[in-house]
Amino acid sequence: MPHVEMEKVEPLLEQYEPQRINLIPILQDVQETYRYLPQEVLRRISQKLRVPLTEVYQVATFYRCFSLVPRGKHVIQVCLGTACHVRGAPRVLDRILLDLKMAGPGTTNDLQFTVETVRCIGCCGLAPVARVDNKNTHPHLTQAKVGGLLKKYQDKAEASRTAKPDEASHAEA
Amino acid sequence: MLKLKSPHEVKELQLCLEASETTRPCISVCAGSGCCASGAENVLQALRRELEKRGLQGTIDVKSTGCHGFCEKGPVMIVWPEKVFYNGVSQSDAKDIVNSVTNGHKPVEKLLYKDPNTGQRVLHEHDVPFYARQQRILFGNNGKIDPKDIRDYIKVGGYSALGKVLTDFSREQVVEAVKCSGLRGRGGAGFPTGMKWEALRRSTVRPRYIVCNADEGDPGAFMDRSLLEGNPHSVIEGLIIGAYALEAEQAYVYVRAEYPLAVEHLHAAIEQARTAGLLGENILGSGMDFRIHLVQGAGAFVCGEETALLASIEGRVGEPHPRPPYPVQKGLWGKPTVINNVKTWASVPVIINKGADWYASIGTERSKGTMVFSLVGKINNTGLVEVPMGVTLREMIYEIGGGIPKEKKLKAIQIGGPSGGCIPASMIDLPIDYEALTQAGSMMGSGGMVVMDEDTCMVDVARYFMEFLEEESCGKCFPCREGTQRLKEILNRISRGKGEESDLDLLDDAGWMIKETSLCGLGQTAPNPVLSTLRYFRDEYLTHIREKRCPAKVCRELIVYQIDETICDGCHACVRVCASDAVLGEKDKAHSIDSGKCIKCGACLEVCQPKAVLVH
Ligand SMILES: Cc1cc2nc3c(=O)[nH]c(=O)nc-3n(C[C@H](O)[C@H](O)[C@H](O)COP(=O)(O)O)c2cc1C
Ligand code: SF4
Ligand code: SF4
Ligand code: SF4
Ligand code: FES
Ligand code: FES
Repeated sequence: MPHVEMEKVEPLLEQYEPQRINLIPILQDVQETYRYLPQEVLRRISQKLRVPLTEVYQVATFYRCFSLVPRGKHVIQVCLGTACHVRGAPRVLDRILLDLKMAGPGTTNDLQFTVETVRCIGCCGLAPVARVDNKNTHPHLTQAKVGGLLKKYQDKAEASRTAKPDEASHAEA
Repeated sequence: MLKLKSPHEVKELQLCLEASETTRPCISVCAGSGCCASGAENVLQALRRELEKRGLQGTIDVKSTGCHGFCEKGPVMIVWPEKVFYNGVSQSDAKDIVNSVTNGHKPVEKLLYKDPNTGQRVLHEHDVPFYARQQRILFGNNGKIDPKDIRDYIKVGGYSALGKVLTDFSREQVVEAVKCSGLRGRGGAGFPTGMKWEALRRSTVRPRYIVCNADEGDPGAFMDRSLLEGNPHSVIEGLIIGAYALEAEQAYVYVRAEYPLAVEHLHAAIEQARTAGLLGENILGSGMDFRIHLVQGAGAFVCGEETALLASIEGRVGEPHPRPPYPVQKGLWGKPTVINNVKTWASVPVIINKGADWYASIGTERSKGTMVFSLVGKINNTGLVEVPMGVTLREMIYEIGGGIPKEKKLKAIQIGGPSGGCIPASMIDLPIDYEALTQAGSMMGSGGMVVMDEDTCMVDVARYFMEFLEEESCGKCFPCREGTQRLKEILNRISRGKGEESDLDLLDDAGWMIKETSLCGLGQTAPNPVLSTLRYFRDEYLTHIREKRCPAKVCRELIVYQIDETICDGCHACVRVCASDAVLGEKDKAHSIDSGKCIKCGACLEVCQPKAVLVH
């Protein structure tokens, strides 16, 4: 497990009234900051909001957006919604997993990629689609396009690592 | 922007904006999430650069608008005032587009929509067959206004319904208008909105809340995304009118997290409305206070269900609870709450402006107004379609949708998302309204409409939805949790050629049991995809079971990939894409597939130009 920078938690928590209604927004913020929900942080949230830790965990595990384990630098969300499914999304997913040598959705050992499946990102007209890092949507995917897609992000990752070794890990968060 | 202090000032601002409208040409580019995925941002940049380069910034305007619903053909744009519609634009076209405007608006031929049937180019959006039969009362402004500029909305008459309500309508009259319009909830069940509102008004408990359901869980439907992205103020206006009628001081809009652009635009719109005096305290001088909170979902389909959604807003696990009590009795924090879908709220200003009678004159006997469908799958024109209720499936598929690609045969239409069902091609003349669809074993649902051709396997479709529902079942009640899992297992077995005929009865019995005993709508409708495919496509199930064959050649365990050596020209393309080294052969000689290694991914089929790869 990577070192958790606890100093980021307090400023983040301060933006919210310590009320239960803010639990999910806080978790979303934490997830965005750390790319996952570190245990220590959940503990702190539980204290601050006075919501039992078990309930914080219940919420954190119920919703699909949250991850309790570190996620990769790039998160690839492959859409498996109906429109994408009937236009061949499962084969695109398989290809991505195969190229990244993964048995199923999850995170690569080098923490470069996390592959997730989502059910529709609203670009059904361009099916099948995948979205990377919650902003770049890649339309009309085919198996043949997978290689290029992965390379695009692999290269970026490599480049930023060689350019600024210390900052690389937060650069794209 | 100045603060508007009365309905009269809204009107004045509108007139003023209208009057200041120039005849200056304007290139309005769709910047919805679909078109952005196809490169709309680059197009916008290229256009701006081009104008700058030629010193034309003050002569020709460029603006970004919301989704036109025809994302497949994106990026799309309209050049005003001629209203020329371009599709499939790329950044390299910027120069031609600017040239055309400066040269007396001679359109750029190659960017005009080409009717695949006639081969003719079409100049205007409303003449494109996809749009020609639509009646876009909710989506009409999407391609016209800049969703990030409240003045654009006001210019086309936005917030005038609110002004009208605050000056001329009593609260009861608003509810009455909604009731008379015949509006039914667009989120799925089709409950009459006016009746729901009336029920809330009967309660004496305060405070009251209103909620906008923008969770849009149906995978394959994107109208709520499109509307929130492209015209967020129409939803906000609906909510303010609702708040007036229902005496609510706060609203929550629950948007799914998968829609970042919708969240961004809605957030900006709420801020602008607040600054303009349309939200906050003493709205337009009426004494009414009202605030809208934006809540992001966290990726759980069941949170679209109203009681689960309310739990999620409260910061809890999104598990449904039994109804009654209904949210109008006990909703958010136990207080009376009206929850409606995005399109339901957005319909309210339209009803106020055009009148309940006008609205009720559209549609069928019991389904009024327009319905928005998300037409996707094996269809030539993919996109959002807004049509009067009662349009037939044939019109949808063949006129608006432009038919099935590659001359394939239509097999079925899946309507209503995971809660819906498949309607066979033989029922193509069915008029689409709530009752007709339910009778046919499907449902209106959110309006997702997935077209399936002969290459779609109905067992696979049923399996797909069951997998989805099993994953999304919250697990609170036994019939749904265990039942969806059992159904999925049986379907998996059949798709692997290991099913037995008795499985079909099992599917049927278990399906009805789940429907009748589940706690919430998810479980109560979960078996629909299975039951409807069983009802209309029993043969296909039987072929999988008896002949161990998938007629559509989809179910992986039942197919093999082969190369026809007489067709193969040895181009080696398949070797390069095959990730499991299953293709054997030297370049320029016929290749073959080692079926032991082949994982049936279909990559070779995709790349083989001479079509030598065959599936059996
Ligand atoms: C499993 C499930 C998922 C649902 N998902 C949605 C949804 O994504 N959007 C929506 O508006 N309604 C959804 N609904 C319907 C809501 O429970 C509720 O009926 C609706 O929001 C009421 O608004 P309306 O009357 O305007 O349709 C869902 C219902 C169920 C049972
Ligand atoms: S029917 Fe399914 S989704 Fe609904 S409460 Fe029961 S287990 Fe949860
Ligand atoms: S289907 Fe996939 S695994 Fe099989 S031969 Fe073709 S490319 Fe290779
Ligand atoms: S791609 Fe087709 S033609 Fe080329 S080697 Fe493979 S099977 Fe033969
Ligand atoms: S189904 Fe994939 S984007 Fe909607
Ligand atoms: S996003 Fe441009 S048409 Fe839908």
